[in-house]
Amino acid sequence: MFKYIVTGLLLVGMLGSAVSARYGQKNTIHKAIQADSGQLVYENYCLACHQEDGSGVPNLNPPLIQNEWVLGDSVRLIKVVLNGLKGVEVAGESYSNEMPSHDFLSDKDIANVLTYIRKSFGNKANAITPAMVKMQRAKK
Amino acid sequence: MKKSIILSALFGLLVNTSLLANTAPKKSPKAQKSIKLKADVDNGGLTLPKGIGALVVADGLGKARHLAVAPNGDVYVRLNKLVNGKGTVVLKDTDGDGKADQNTSFGNFLGTGIVIGNGYLYASSDTSVVRYPMKDGKVDEAAGETIVTGLEHYSEHGSKSIELDDKGHLYVTFGAPSNACQEKNRQKGSKGMDPCPILEWHGGIWQFDANKKNQKQADGVRYATGLRNVVGLDWNKQQGELYAMQHGRDQLNTMFSTLYNAEQNAELPSEEFCLVKKGSDFGWPYCYHDRFQNKKMLAPEYGGDGKIQERCEGKDQPIMAFPAHWAPNALLFYTGNLLPAKYKNGAFICFHGSWNRAPLKQGGYFVAFVPFGKNGKPSGEYEVFAEGFAGGSEIKNPNEAKARPMGLAQGPDGSLYISDSVKGKVWRVIKN
Ligand code: HEC
Repeated sequence: MFKYIVTGLLLVGMLGSAVSARYGQKNTIHKAIQADSGQLVYENYCLACHQEDGSGVPNLNPPLIQNEWVLGDSVRLIKVVLNGLKGVEVAGESYSNEMPSHDFLSDKDIANVLTYIRKSFGNKANAITPAMVKMQRAKK
Repeated sequence: MKKSIILSALFGLLVNTSLLANTAPKKSPKAQKSIKLKADVDNGGLTLPKGIGALVVADGLGKARHLAVAPNGDVYVRLNKLVNGKGTVVLKDTDGDGKADQNTSFGNFLGTGIVIGNGYLYASSDTSVVRYPMKDGKVDEAAGETIVTGLEHYSEHGSKSIELDDKGHLYVTFGAPSNACQEKNRQKGSKGMDPCPILEWHGGIWQFDANKKNQKQADGVRYATGLRNVVGLDWNKQQGELYAMQHGRDQLNTMFSTLYNAEQNAELPSEEFCLVKKGSDFGWPYCYHDRFQNKKMLAPEYGGDGKIQERCEGKDQPIMAFPAHWAPNALLFYTGNLLPAKYKNGAFICFHGSWNRAPLKQGGYFVAFVPFGKNGKPSGEYEVFAEGFAGGSEIKNPNEAKARPMGLAQGPDGSLYISDSVKGKVWRVIKN
């Protein structure tokens, strides 16, 4: 039994290095996939809660698919990422988790990740620029 | 006014009954006696051990949470979102085929906890516990009284699970409104508060007088602490002890990417099966359990690196550790005689299913069985008892799951009942 666990762990470890090229947080990797860094920011900071396909977790974390928060007012959207969010309903459902502030991300990272979610999961909305994020951060 | 209430109640009854129409075809009263309890051909979509079957009692009840079965076999299901303004569903099977043919509801508050004992039905909202006297399996709603009141409302881990012992106590879980007691919850780089002020009123199990009205949290006793979030708990009558399932913390890798990678986060920390004694401290938020090292480790928010224990050395250990993030939401020690003898006095556990295991596939979404020895400790490995809730064999995103096992209850004949949180299905597991 113990043997299996150890080999399992080893395997996971080995696999880990391959998979972390996709999901890892190392800067070197960031550079390699710069072209698509909105997706990378999403994988590193948002995917855990909102899931790979943006479908969220029932009762815990809302979906990012076709809802007013994602598609609507860009200022409100930028504020969600800068300030976090708690205790609101999304499309008539309440979610018990808390969305933490991500103000440690750069203007560029926030712009890229928001542009990524506005153009993924079946969403179609305008891009968010670093300048727009910068303006909201200054107002904070 | 009164008339319209009665009318709307009648209407509600009609609507509810019609909801059940697909699972409970009407039977003529004459046929009643001859109808026998038998499993659905497909076991209601579940895969079960040989010789055991399941039937769907009801479906489409709403966001079901815990459930309880009255001595007359009526099933009471708590809802996390009101349906027709009501939070507890009552399922009645009048013809003995196991399928509910009457569905009524009562109580205008949503929530999780429900337990029947001492001639009462106790139900919890996230901020209170209410009880109703029961007679012949029926609740006297008008005679309801508040046992615990005025609890602070918070959404994260805010649901209150409840349990009774045989000494007149009521246990209520107070999950921590936090992942790891950081100054800023779930925010990367935010430090762990030390000491963690949350522990004063949360992150533990409180004990109350089961028969005293209008108790505040301060009237209760903090029975055990260092429990981040407990949804499943059960009083073991053979042992005379409380057992509980702790949900381990999330996001080791997103908070501390230099210490943990995504695969390590998918396997750490353990979900813990705890024997809870008065004064137990299971270590949250300072510690988490690592089932590979079989130790409590110092959490990274408090200076841990995945290798050091420091203050966690003396913390209470689980009696069994499960893979990370499976979300054990119900625990039941089986005392019936309907299922094969090996199950008697062992534990059933509902794993609601994970969300924080990417990039690995999600885990849980099944009911486990853990055999127990006379010493009140597991006597072997856990086994998968019921699976197939989610629908597919692999769940990548929790939203794909068609059903998720949420609550467990034992019927008077020894049947095992399972509730589902997605659509509100209820299964009854029987001997085939
Ligand atoms: C710890 C889990 C968590 C993480 C990490 C997280 N979120 Fe959220 N997010 C939530 C929760 C919970 C809510 C809803 C809060 C509420 O209901 O009050 C939310 C709400 C939102 C909303 C508005 C509601 C909606 O469904 O559209 C957006 C947009 C959003 N998050 C985007 C992001 C982005 C972008 C990231 C990564 C930079 C991210 N989130 C990271 C949990 C999280």
